[in-house]
Amino acid sequence: MTTVVKNEKVLEVKNLRTYFYIQEGELKANDDLSYYVNKGESVAVVGESACGKSVSALSIMRLIPYPPGIIVGGEILFQGKDLMLATEAEMRHIRGNSIAMVFQEPTTSLNPVLTVKRQISESLELHRGMDKNESFQETVRLLKLVGIPDSEKRANDYPFQFSGGMQQRIMIAMALSCNPSLLICDEPTTSLDVTVQAQLLEIIDGLRERFGTSVITITHNLGIVARYVDRVNVMYAGKIVETATTEDLYANPCHPYTIGLLASVPRLDVSKKKSLRMIKGLPPNLAHLPGGCPFHPRCDWAMPKCRLEYPPLEKVGENHYRACFAELSKLKKQ
Amino acid sequence: MKDNTHLIEVENLYMYFPVTAGVFQKRIADVKAVDGVSFYIKKGETLGLVGESGCGKTTTGRCILQLYEGIKGNVYFEGVNLANLKKEQMRKMRRNMQLIFQDPYASLDPRMTAGDIIGEPIKVHHLASGKEYREQVEELFRMVELEPSMAGRYPHEFSGGQRQRIGIARALAVRPKFIVCDEPVSALDVSIQAQIIILLEKLREEMGLTYLFIAHDLSVVRNISDRVAVMYLGKVVEITHSDELYANPLHPYTIALLSAVPIPDPKVDRTRKRIILKGDVPSPVNPPKGCRFNPRCQLAIDICREVEPELKLVGEEHWVSCHLVKGTGVTANPLVR
Repeated sequence: MTTVVKNEKVLEVKNLRTYFYIQEGELKANDDLSYYVNKGESVAVVGESACGKSVSALSIMRLIPYPPGIIVGGEILFQGKDLMLATEAEMRHIRGNSIAMVFQEPTTSLNPVLTVKRQISESLELHRGMDKNESFQETVRLLKLVGIPDSEKRANDYPFQFSGGMQQRIMIAMALSCNPSLLICDEPTTSLDVTVQAQLLEIIDGLRERFGTSVITITHNLGIVARYVDRVNVMYAGKIVETATTEDLYANPCHPYTIGLLASVPRLDVSKKKSLRMIKGLPPNLAHLPGGCPFHPRCDWAMPKCRLEYPPLEKVGENHYRACFAELSKLKKQ
Repeated sequence: MKDNTHLIEVENLYMYFPVTAGVFQKRIADVKAVDGVSFYIKKGETLGLVGESGCGKTTTGRCILQLYEGIKGNVYFEGVNLANLKKEQMRKMRRNMQLIFQDPYASLDPRMTAGDIIGEPIKVHHLASGKEYREQVEELFRMVELEPSMAGRYPHEFSGGQRQRIGIARALAVRPKFIVCDEPVSALDVSIQAQIIILLEKLREEMGLTYLFIAHDLSVVRNISDRVAVMYLGKVVEITHSDELYANPLHPYTIALLSAVPIPDPKVDRTRKRIILKGDVPSPVNPPKGCRFNPRCQLAIDICREVEPELKLVGEEHWVSCHLVKGTGVTANPLVR
């Protein structure tokens, strides 16, 4: 949680459209997507699998594989500069240096045949121009920072000699090696145990506080979001359907999908007697989206209008927007 | 069998997997996956089994179904000691006990149609044939809320949630009394998780099933279980009623585990005290001396490093193995009343 939020946008994604052209046709992974991150702020992009949340991160890094994917339109303003216009050489300078990323599966993201030291010092030598000795000292310092004990010795180990949680710490150390101004964490704790998850989230949050790094957390876990994030963007089928401050979103969800999502999460503090509610149906295939609002087949409040038009983002409160036609008073009744 | 309200009784269960080395595959050590576990499951109840990865919860579930060679200890099913059964007898017994797997992508044969996958157990156990067989398969599709017209499709044509429904239908095909659900929802999306949990609960009520629900997600377990057993490094450290465990956890590991689970509500979660456990789970090849949790326990005292604590009764059906928790002095073993 941030105490001071400066209203200085580090990153602003505007009307981003990333499409994939596959056999089934045009797949709109990000369709008119807009969100922003302030300096030192922690923002979440929440959604289920295949809603396009990871694609939005890869788009920011300009890592969308072409073919089949291509950014069709939109702006990605990073520190005022449009990354869409940057050359590949400029992007290479930004990646890892100013914007760093932590991926979901540390086991597959780390190179198994290189020592941890080699992998971390690579970006130190490339981006920060350190020599071998300096980069080793810095690697050891970084490993200490993310809580790897005996880091001088362990720097010479290979990834397989570390547990999943330790590997993810190494990923975080690597991401932090060049003091990035923006850290994108794509499902950072998904395959890990709750105890390890808690350790890692504390580390990331501590680093954000210490260095003023902005953090985008991409996740499906509404629990993580509650504690560590300032603002939440809820994504469904390639679009943002609701955005609000964390407190506001949990206390006053205004989109049927958000309401359904919150009701379907089992809670530790609610006993068995209070039953779960579920969202009916399945998430849609992005290549065959239903017309109008893509959520309408699963929505309890769907009206004829919802099948025809996509609802625009409307303001429902301070910093709180949603894309839905249903009347607010009706949503609250259930 | 000590109590006929119990469907399953597990008594001093041990499962060691050998670690071998050298040309002659000499046994140099053992992975002590399950190291002396005892508990019971009552008829019609759901027992949750939680713990971090590598704590032996899946192995415990599979030992109950006798899926390994070299299991030590007794498993009673309706009073029958499964350890004494011959292979053929055990095969027949398995009709009563089924398994639902974690990964719906890996657990279904990609070359079989959904209808064949669900119907296979009926054929294997010669339960029906011809028209009756087809009717039963159709009925199973409906039970898990899938369209019987989907029977001709292959697994890759289904989504994760639908595949898990196929896995559940297959388990139900032989009309079992007991099902081991091994992380049945952890690979699924949040909205689909809720659908599967609700389905499992409905089936349990309708068919009078008993579940052993293995999961690492304590919020899911709380939602579905009547009682919960917490495992750490091959041992049960605490076992009690679901509500009691969450309201009054006594083992330091349970307390830390519960505090690490995020609650999806910023007002509640940000005011909770969080205990961050240091380090990782030690190796089950060389578990620490004394209490296995002592290297990570903030409260550990001298005795914890020397003497292994036993499960002791501390309240109504509440057992804890910790030196710092005072027992009622009644009994140490949850099987003995």
